[in-house]
Amino acid sequence: MQFEASNLIPVVPELFILSLACLVLVIDLFIDDEQRIFTYALTQVGLVFAIFITLSVGQTEAQIVFDGSYIRDGMSDVLKVSIYIVTIGAFLYSKEYLVEHGLFKGEYYVLGLFAVLGMMVMVSAQSFLTAYLGLELLSLSLYALVAFDRDSKTGSEAAMKYFVLGAIASGMLLYGISMIYGATGALNFTTVTTALMGTGMEDIVLVFGLVFVVIGLAFKLGAVPFHMWMPDVYHGAPTAVAQFLSSAPKIAAFALAMRLLVDGMLPLHSDWQQMLVILAILSMALGNVIAIAQTNIKRMLAYSTISHVGFIMMGILAGTSEGYSASMFYAIIYAVTSLGAFGIIILLSKKGFEAENLDDYKGLHERSPWFAAMMMLFMFSMAGVPPTVGFWAKLFVLDAVVSVELTWVALVGVFFSIIGAFYYIRIIKLMYFDKAENVLPVIGNLDTRIALSVNGVLMLALGLFPAALLTICVRAIGS
Amino acid sequence: MIALSDYLMLGAILFSLSIAGIFLNRKNVIIILMCVELMLLAVNMNFIAFSRFLDDSAGQVFVFFILTVAAAEAAIGLAILIVLFRNRRTINVADLDALKG
Amino acid sequence: MEKIYLAIAFTPLVGAIIAGFWGARIGRAGAHWVTSVGVGISAFLSIIVLLGFISGHREVFNGSVYTWMISDGITFEVGFLVDSLTAMMMAVVTFVSFCVHIYTIGYMAHDEENWPAGSRAGTNSYQRFFSYISLFTFSMLLLVMSNNFMQLFFGWEAVGLVSYLLIGFWSNRETAIFANMKAFLVNRVGDFGFLLGIAAVAMYFNTVDYAEVFAKAPELANTQIQIWGDTSWSLMTVICILLFVGAMGKSAQVPLHVWLPDSMEGPTPISALIHAATMVTAGIFMVARMSPLYELSETALSFILIIGATTAFFTGLIGLVQNDIKRVVAYSTLSQLGYMTVALGASAYAAGIFHLMTHAFFKALLFLAAGSVIIAMHHEQDMRKMGGLKKYMPITYWTSLIGSLALIGLPGFSGFFSKDSIIEAVHHSQIAGAGYAYLMVILGVFVTALYSFRMFFMVFHGEERMDEHTKHHLHESPKVVTVPLIMLAIPSVLIGGMTISGVVFGDWFKDVIHVAPAHDVLKEIGFHGTIGFFFHGLFALPTLLAAAGVGVAYMIYMKNPEIADKIKSAASPLYALLDKKYFFDELYQAVFAGGSRWLGKILWKAGDQTLIDGLVVNGSARSVGFFAGIIRQIQTGYLYHYAFAMILGLLLLLALFVN
Repeated sequence: MQFEASNLIPVVPELFILSLACLVLVIDLFIDDEQRIFTYALTQVGLVFAIFITLSVGQTEAQIVFDGSYIRDGMSDVLKVSIYIVTIGAFLYSKEYLVEHGLFKGEYYVLGLFAVLGMMVMVSAQSFLTAYLGLELLSLSLYALVAFDRDSKTGSEAAMKYFVLGAIASGMLLYGISMIYGATGALNFTTVTTALMGTGMEDIVLVFGLVFVVIGLAFKLGAVPFHMWMPDVYHGAPTAVAQFLSSAPKIAAFALAMRLLVDGMLPLHSDWQQMLVILAILSMALGNVIAIAQTNIKRMLAYSTISHVGFIMMGILAGTSEGYSASMFYAIIYAVTSLGAFGIIILLSKKGFEAENLDDYKGLHERSPWFAAMMMLFMFSMAGVPPTVGFWAKLFVLDAVVSVELTWVALVGVFFSIIGAFYYIRIIKLMYFDKAENVLPVIGNLDTRIALSVNGVLMLALGLFPAALLTICVRAIGS
Repeated sequence: MIALSDYLMLGAILFSLSIAGIFLNRKNVIIILMCVELMLLAVNMNFIAFSRFLDDSAGQVFVFFILTVAAAEAAIGLAILIVLFRNRRTINVADLDALKG
Repeated sequence: MEKIYLAIAFTPLVGAIIAGFWGARIGRAGAHWVTSVGVGISAFLSIIVLLGFISGHREVFNGSVYTWMISDGITFEVGFLVDSLTAMMMAVVTFVSFCVHIYTIGYMAHDEENWPAGSRAGTNSYQRFFSYISLFTFSMLLLVMSNNFMQLFFGWEAVGLVSYLLIGFWSNRETAIFANMKAFLVNRVGDFGFLLGIAAVAMYFNTVDYAEVFAKAPELANTQIQIWGDTSWSLMTVICILLFVGAMGKSAQVPLHVWLPDSMEGPTPISALIHAATMVTAGIFMVARMSPLYELSETALSFILIIGATTAFFTGLIGLVQNDIKRVVAYSTLSQLGYMTVALGASAYAAGIFHLMTHAFFKALLFLAAGSVIIAMHHEQDMRKMGGLKKYMPITYWTSLIGSLALIGLPGFSGFFSKDSIIEAVHHSQIAGAGYAYLMVILGVFVTALYSFRMFFMVFHGEERMDEHTKHHLHESPKVVTVPLIMLAIPSVLIGGMTISGVVFGDWFKDVIHVAPAHDVLKEIGFHGTIGFFFHGLFALPTLLAAAGVGVAYMIYMKNPEIADKIKSAASPLYALLDKKYFFDELYQAVFAGGSRWLGKILWKAGDQTLIDGLVVNGSARSVGFFAGIIRQIQTGYLYHYAFAMILGLLLLLALFVN
């Protein structure tokens, strides 16, 4: 293997984010608490720059560099840009929350940027090694972020749980990787795929490997029965962190699944398809049902995430490019919707009041008709009610599954979505038909309010004009 | 000559031990951290064995990365542990049940 | 090329959005300025487009703007088809809408008086009204500019929605709410047929694009389909009649006409704009647009002819006994819509569209004039309490006279040209039902003249029957009201004579409206120039009947008012029949409304409350909630249980896949 400078061009965005993280880390040392806004601004500007860099580095054909362990293709470009945008949104919403809770520190942004870097590596991984490194970089940053509020009892408990379970999951993933390495003698996805063409599932080592890898993925995605960490972490973590956790990493988890299963182990499709069917159905069933019994909105959204993950897996298991692009569309839309829903929670929370109980949403319509309407759009989008974009996301996935003759899986998905609609619409009922318990007006910074409005209207706009984003996804998968 | 399967058995036993340690232990969080380390070592054993028998160095390289990540992981784990202890005055696993349902 | 069409369609939408969402902030003046300027721009550009078509340098535009989705090979898109027919409709819609916008500034100036003090709906109602009428203009433009059935349906429903909102605009009035509900429900019946028609098109043509459908239509002309049993139906007849059912709802044809008179509960400007000039003519436009389909089904044409003729005559008769000034005009609208429908049935599409255009001007004029009278009378609409207004309101008087003369078809006025061409066309038509239709439209002319001038004399002449207080405050309406009247009066007089030779008998609609050679009645009329047509009509039967109608009206309502009462008592059963509008309302109320309420009640009690709510919904909700409560106990909070769950998952997968 020789070092070539041209190898570096496709990874310029990664290098940029890395330098940005280091720069923010260093600069933050030298400024006072009053000037912390500068760290924030630098991070945001840097992320906006990253969008342009990624777009300008992007080309139509895929480039594989670093001896076949790193790839830059249409999918990676689109997903990276969505990760930046979602992260910018998350940082924007969380600023006010962090300031109010005394958490407005430079480390937050440094950890966030390292998480973004980890996600980028996951998105572009083309060997088991890079995939693992990206995953760990993301996970380690997230563990620290969950424990970010050092005086919070629930925060530290959530972080501990997340850490231990995450470590088990990455242990299992590694164990699976070692088995696959043993069976195929390679770590590169291309070489692994070639080697897998010859063998089949007769090799017991390979079966072990596949099962363990799928479990590692399922944990990252949050699929039942590897979902247990999610409700506790969402609940315990500061709302701003829960928001970040529920949005961008889901896109990265989707990418990781695509890389490992589709790029790496496509010849074993029929086997992992069955595993994903089981996991997807369990996720949709358990997620939607338990969400109904929740009284804490963050926990409810965690269970809702679990059920959405079932849908994301449904698209992947179809095994067609139609299914992949539907799934990609779903993952991006889910991240944006979740961002907005958590944004509303953040908007309503004040120091000493987290606005995380469902009862806090009673009569929101009287307090702020506009943001009640935005929340309604987010809830409708999650429930998949037209004309919001969530409807299309579900429709495309279901369509993809039906076209590979797995109609029964689609029917199960629809069935549990109907059950799921209950708890989303319950929020709308609380907001519009119940009397407000507190009548404080909803106040928030102008930038938050604008971002939330854009986010909400986006649900509707994308729902009315879904073709543009879908075309992007289809093209990204096709390349 | 020790066969590949023997190494794999050892790896599997170590892995099972670590998992058993995690869910049987109800006392101390530090034991869990130790089990996590053990799990990674079991994986390392697998990688080295495969690398040796496949005559391919990539597996050994992977092990180095795992060791590095494990160090970082331990650092973060212990940091979280300290925060936890500061807030709760306990590191008993059975006491960590404020978040549930 | 495309940009100008986008601008025409979307400027009113922008105005509607601004006035609708930020009405409170921009205030009254801001709202009427932003919407009027938006519609004004749209009207100006539409007229440019129309002039382009008249001078012949503008090409037909047919293209898509945005592809919404592609499903099973059918493309659903937003697209524009702009040809001479569309250009004419666009100009009429935007011009009348513009006049109405200006008029509304005066008419709604004191709208707060129409609301109870402190009512929430009453705050910013002025801005809301402007937002609605701009939104209506946008919807109507999308409807007429569409190049496919999906967008047509969108526009169709959108104008229906705005109509619903505006009929019930004064939502504190019981009658308004009843009327808008009625309009909504009756239109649902029509739309059901319309949607089935579109579905049939999508099913058999596998496309919803006009051009592709029309190109394919001749191939499918002889297709027979089985709907149920073994009876086979001609596909074209089924599609055409289903689509026409939609038109019957929207254009208020018997027996779906009942909603239109009640829609007069809405403010007068929208009666003029929506329920006279534009929306109700959407059905006429749609059938003309679909002429390549309708020409393939003579059965459908006969059906249209008979429905139209019935509407034209019998609803006119009801107008004779109404006392509410707006209702008289409303029945007159119904009758005129019947005339247009008759023209369509006789394959004289051009004449129908021509009458649509002239009618839009003079009927909007009559409505706005009625509105002007209503303002002056302090919202009194009963003609029995008016009279002698001529000397108080000269501009309203003269413009009303022009409108009425145009309506009855005085030779030289635009109504004369359009109505006479329809009557001539029916006269030459050979299809089944043409004889009946000819009789109806001829008698209709007499009736039209009678009720028009009955109204005119009762309002503007004779003794002053209003109370002293009202009389004291009588004065001409402000400029914002009278200027639109004058603006509309000009085309009411001139437009017919100016355009008949091109539109009806020329090649204005060449390649746009398709008429089978066997049905080409307009060609058989033998048109020899506008002057020839004028003199031919001057002493023809319709003119004489119209004159007779005016004469009778003069005799009864000016000379001997007691004759009216004598006739009323002499023909009391007939009077009762007309006064009750042939008992349509009572019939529908009893059979459809009552029947469906009865059925609904049974289904509600037995089906909904017991079975669905009790067992399915609440039962399943309870059991799901119960399970959820149990299953959530799995989430114990203990780390080792979570790890255990993961290991169980691992073992499950291993057990299933390792064999």
